[in-house]
Amino acid sequence: MKVTEKDVAYVADLSNLELTEEERAHMVRDLNSILGYIDMLNRLDTDNVEPMAQVSDRYGVDTSKAGSERFAYANREDILFGLRPSLPHEEALANAPDADETFFKVPKVIER
Amino acid sequence: MVTTPESSVAARAKYEPVIGLEVHVQLLTETKIFCSCSTRFGAPPNTNVCPVCLGMPGVLPVLNRRAVEFAVLAAMALNCRIHETSIFARKNYFYPDLPKGYQISQYDKPLAEFGWIELKQNIGKKIGITRIHLEEDAGKSLHEGFADATEKTAIDLNRTGVPLIEIVSEPDISTPEEAYEYLTLLKEIILYTGVSDCNMEEGSLRCDANISVRPRGQKEFGTKTEIKNVNSFRFVREALEYEIGRQIEVVESGGKITQETRLYNANEGKTYGMRSKEQAHDYRYFPEPDLLPLVVDEKWKAEIAKQLPELPEARRARLVKDYGITAYDAGVLTFSKELADQFEAAAQAAKNPKRVANLVQGELMGRLKSRNLEIGDSPITMQGVAMSADLVESGAISGKMLKDLYDLSFERGKDFGAVYEEEGRPVQSSDTSTLEKIINDLIAANPKQVEQYRAGKKTMIGFFVGQVMKASKGQANPQVVNELLVRKLEG
Repeated sequence: MKVTEKDVAYVADLSNLELTEEERAHMVRDLNSILGYIDMLNRLDTDNVEPMAQVSDRYGVDTSKAGSERFAYANREDILFGLRPSLPHEEALANAPDADETFFKVPKVIER
Repeated sequence: MVTTPESSVAARAKYEPVIGLEVHVQLLTETKIFCSCSTRFGAPPNTNVCPVCLGMPGVLPVLNRRAVEFAVLAAMALNCRIHETSIFARKNYFYPDLPKGYQISQYDKPLAEFGWIELKQNIGKKIGITRIHLEEDAGKSLHEGFADATEKTAIDLNRTGVPLIEIVSEPDISTPEEAYEYLTLLKEIILYTGVSDCNMEEGSLRCDANISVRPRGQKEFGTKTEIKNVNSFRFVREALEYEIGRQIEVVESGGKITQETRLYNANEGKTYGMRSKEQAHDYRYFPEPDLLPLVVDEKWKAEIAKQLPELPEARRARLVKDYGITAYDAGVLTFSKELADQFEAAAQAAKNPKRVANLVQGELMGRLKSRNLEIGDSPITMQGVAMSADLVESGAISGKMLKDLYDLSFERGKDFGAVYEEEGRPVQSSDTSTLEKIINDLIAANPKQVEQYRAGKKTMIGFFVGQVMKASKGQANPQVVNELLVRKLEG
């Protein structure tokens, strides 16, 4: 077993998740099964393969363009509200669990 | 006040501080880095926000090209190597002013690396710049000033998504003074590039310092502490001064430094450890799947490079060369880009650029300083300085008169030209030594006319009076001129 209960508790804590004993045991099983599969993939020779975090930079790109131009379509000009205007103030705060007329409100934060 | 623990003074020589600085600089774009909300400072809270910067589900970031250009400009100005391809990454942590639960930053493939700044006090010492990367700012938490402040924290997300560059130095800095100088030079360079206003009060420039001490000669670093968000360069210097003393004291008394974040209390001149979770930061960086790789190829880089202005160091060298002024003068005159621009415009219009430089430094700066004025608030403009320089140059006014007129300018809050007019265009007409000089020059320059006069053609005196009046801009006392001329020509 690669992943222990302790690892799961740590990762859950980083993710602000509260897991029950039962859920933790379940996570240990799931994560180990996933990592087992990754182990299998690791047996493949990937020495000459670039790591890929994105498909869109490798596939479906306009091959007639190179360098910065190839990705220029994904950038924007620095124009105020060029994409969309900001939200009206009331609308911005509307979905917040807690807010006054000006600010979002959260339980007191002491440490960072 | 810096309060350095007494016992550390003797121990200090045995230890060497190792300092690295992380500087965050807000870029002066119109809009945020990944959405088109305004970046304007001072807008009513939570009005410059949209679904993207609020972290609503399903939204996508779209990169602001101008932010990239500004970051590249800064990196070029700081002698960095710009990577053709860099990658945005998610830095995961929970904090209420970070609505997405992660900050889009760059991690293992930053925009630029391997830069440096050369210090001047310690001539030739270079402070390395490890990396410069692009990232988004977080919002602002307000902990005090509300009726419910004991239970709640207020959040303003206007700043969320404002473009930043983080400039990370190598741990090459050995003293608080060097840290201060590095920051001063860094700010000067960034200001010259125009990519940020570097306004520390508004948080456009923020500095965190990593500091450790080690016995001199030891290769390994000691355990470091991080001093966060100190809001002036002077406080950074003071905080480092204090922290070095504190760390040496801990080590000397057999203790161990705890790796932690500390805050500087400027009123007490001390740093305090923040209560922190026992677990170290674990940001679980991974490539941002919502953004393509950032590609800055040679062509784009060349376009951006065209926007790079002359930097302070190069400008100082050129001022020395072009205006024949000293390196010291050039240093004073390049205090800000604004001042240097104004100076050059005025000097180019004046007869003697060196005199303009001397007047700025000798007469203007001192008066500004004693009144706590910035150059931008000076009643005397660079044009005014140039005008006064020309008047002294032509001998129309004396140095003493110039000083008096400058004093009047500051008293009345008016430019030199206006005061000069108000005073009725004074000249040193009764100052015979100046007139004598003009006359001597005339006699030397016009031997034929002198000969004619001496041969008996007394009407030639009219020619000389006219020339003196012209040289004194019509302000010389004609009677004095006549008397002097007769004496000189007869003699």
